[in-house]
Amino acid sequence: MTRAASIPAVPRLGAPLGNERLLEALRLMLTIRHFEERAVALYRAGEMRGTTHSSIGNEAAEVGVMLALAPTDYVTSTHRGHGHTIAKGGDVKRMMAELLGRATGYSGGKGGSMHVADLDKHMLGANGIVGGGIGLATGAALTATLRGGGAVAVAFFGDGALNQGILHECSNLAAIWRLPVLFVCENNQYAQSARSDWSVAGGDPAKRAEAYGIPGVRVDGMDFFAVHAAASELAGRARRGEGPSYLVCDTYRYHGHHAGDPLNYRPKEELAAWRAKDPVDRFKRELQERGVLGTDAIATMEQEVAALVDQAEAYAKASPEPSVDQLMTDVYA
Amino acid sequence: MSGPTVQPASAGARELTYVQALNEALREEMRRDTAVFVLGEDVAVWGGGGVFGVTKGLVDEFGPERVRDTPISEEAIAAVAIGAALTGSRPVAEFMYVDFMALAMEPIVNQAAKLRYMFGGKATVPVVFRAQEGAARGNAAQHSQSLEAWFCHVPGLKVVVPSTPADAKGLLKSAIRDDNPVVFLEHKALYGRKGLVPSAADFVIPLGVGDVKREGRHVTVVGIHTMVGKALRAAERLAEEGIELEVIDPRTLVPLDLELIVASVKKTGRLLVSHEASTTGGYGGEIVARVVEAAFDYLDAPPVRVCAKDVPIPYAAVLETLALPQVDDLIAAARALARQQL
Repeated sequence: MTRAASIPAVPRLGAPLGNERLLEALRLMLTIRHFEERAVALYRAGEMRGTTHSSIGNEAAEVGVMLALAPTDYVTSTHRGHGHTIAKGGDVKRMMAELLGRATGYSGGKGGSMHVADLDKHMLGANGIVGGGIGLATGAALTATLRGGGAVAVAFFGDGALNQGILHECSNLAAIWRLPVLFVCENNQYAQSARSDWSVAGGDPAKRAEAYGIPGVRVDGMDFFAVHAAASELAGRARRGEGPSYLVCDTYRYHGHHAGDPLNYRPKEELAAWRAKDPVDRFKRELQERGVLGTDAIATMEQEVAALVDQAEAYAKASPEPSVDQLMTDVYA
Repeated sequence: MSGPTVQPASAGARELTYVQALNEALREEMRRDTAVFVLGEDVAVWGGGGVFGVTKGLVDEFGPERVRDTPISEEAIAAVAIGAALTGSRPVAEFMYVDFMALAMEPIVNQAAKLRYMFGGKATVPVVFRAQEGAARGNAAQHSQSLEAWFCHVPGLKVVVPSTPADAKGLLKSAIRDDNPVVFLEHKALYGRKGLVPSAADFVIPLGVGDVKREGRHVTVVGIHTMVGKALRAAERLAEEGIELEVIDPRTLVPLDLELIVASVKKTGRLLVSHEASTTGGYGGEIVARVVEAAFDYLDAPPVRVCAKDVPIPYAAVLETLALPQVDDLIAAARALARQQL
């Protein structure tokens, strides 16, 4: 299945990113890829409790949107949230420490993989409830409206959340209140084992936006430039007070739903077809074609990113577990 | 920790209804802090503000940006309020009936109550979820429940249940100033109740402080909402028989002023708890358990629950009356308790 291939090409709307920003984008995408590979390896090695949800394959969608945002813009994420935190400027050391349940983690070991947040960076958290971040982002957009100042909020969610009631309620509310919020669906084709072309009535999720009288744009989520261009335009109109919109990024979840997924529900050749469109490889190639950087520079960046993830793992493993006196703290302010 | 909260008229108190007291609290806090705003169904336009008039006139003073009518979307009302609180606003979200909060349990239970803990203490969620609960108006099964125990069961939430106008005002002001999510449950049958409310601008009642509404030696009665008033009526009648009830209104269930209740039980040796919520799983059972844990040796008789029957609230008056604990039920139970010796 190659859904993305059937999507009409989205015109690149200028995408005015300088070389420095493009290099930042590549570094973020590589960091997500390396971090997620390490997280899965650590999970399989028995270093993590609970589970971990890999966002490998979704890097262009995550970084493409994030580079259309300002540091003061708000983001909410999902159970598959590592990539969003990294792309919003999160610290991989504190992230890895949280994944390993250490006192130095973002949440002091109280949250784990599904509850990483960096509130100082306006990253309002991963979320263990499918669709759970949608209302929070809409509320952040309400704060932005009441305060003024032009901040926007982005709710990332997967195709699974397309069928949660909160998305309908918030789409409607954001539309009638003209809130500056982007509903960004990373349509990675599966909600656990449910294929989106089965579970999502009406076919094109972006068309649901029409019902609310707001723009709905669907892009190839493996194409950084397409995602970034669309997100820039939609964030821009939100910032100008023109209200919310949907952005649907067609992408693919390379790994299973979580690290223990039996993956019996999808054909192996499907993954191979999507891997042929790998967003990181594609972005590297495009940057080389544009003369932004050469093979050697990419290799150097890969080494730097791998070293960063090594350091994060070492930092996490060297960090203490939470002290027992932390059990009952932070329940109430 | 307790004490009279209603000041004498000479100290500047006026008679207000419970609704007027709540309205004053909202108005004063919105004047005090521009981060405070109100959202909910029919809070601005309907009748000048609120189906029960709690938000009456607020839109005229503060405008539609800060007094926001919403569509009928309870999950979004809760979730959006939480997201706004997480980013520095101080929303007061109104749910027309507590029954409708069933539609909003995901954000209240999984988001508001847990964000601070899950994020290692870095999140602050200063949101108030207001609703009214209770029966006695013939509203039947989906508009008459008392669901306070649901919220008490979720760590991270505070739960407030005022029974008088003064308590309603002082506690709502505290709830709005609190940096935690607070479920503030009013009672529809109390909205028209009048009482003295202190005029002082800084009149607040801290969360977690109960109130002895009547002193007595023989039986401690802990009542919630309308059961406080019913217990006071029962106390008057039993006094004629020489049985003295000590009536305690905990006012907030989370945090609970257990110290006040235990001190009373140590004096009386007998405990009766009463609420309109159905008996099984009701908060009365929790109060009984905590008192037994803290003061077992002081009890002269097994604690008693006089609560609603385990039935959906019926429509017809004769059935509704039977489903709910009445003054006569309190009298019978308290009398039996007073006479019982272990």
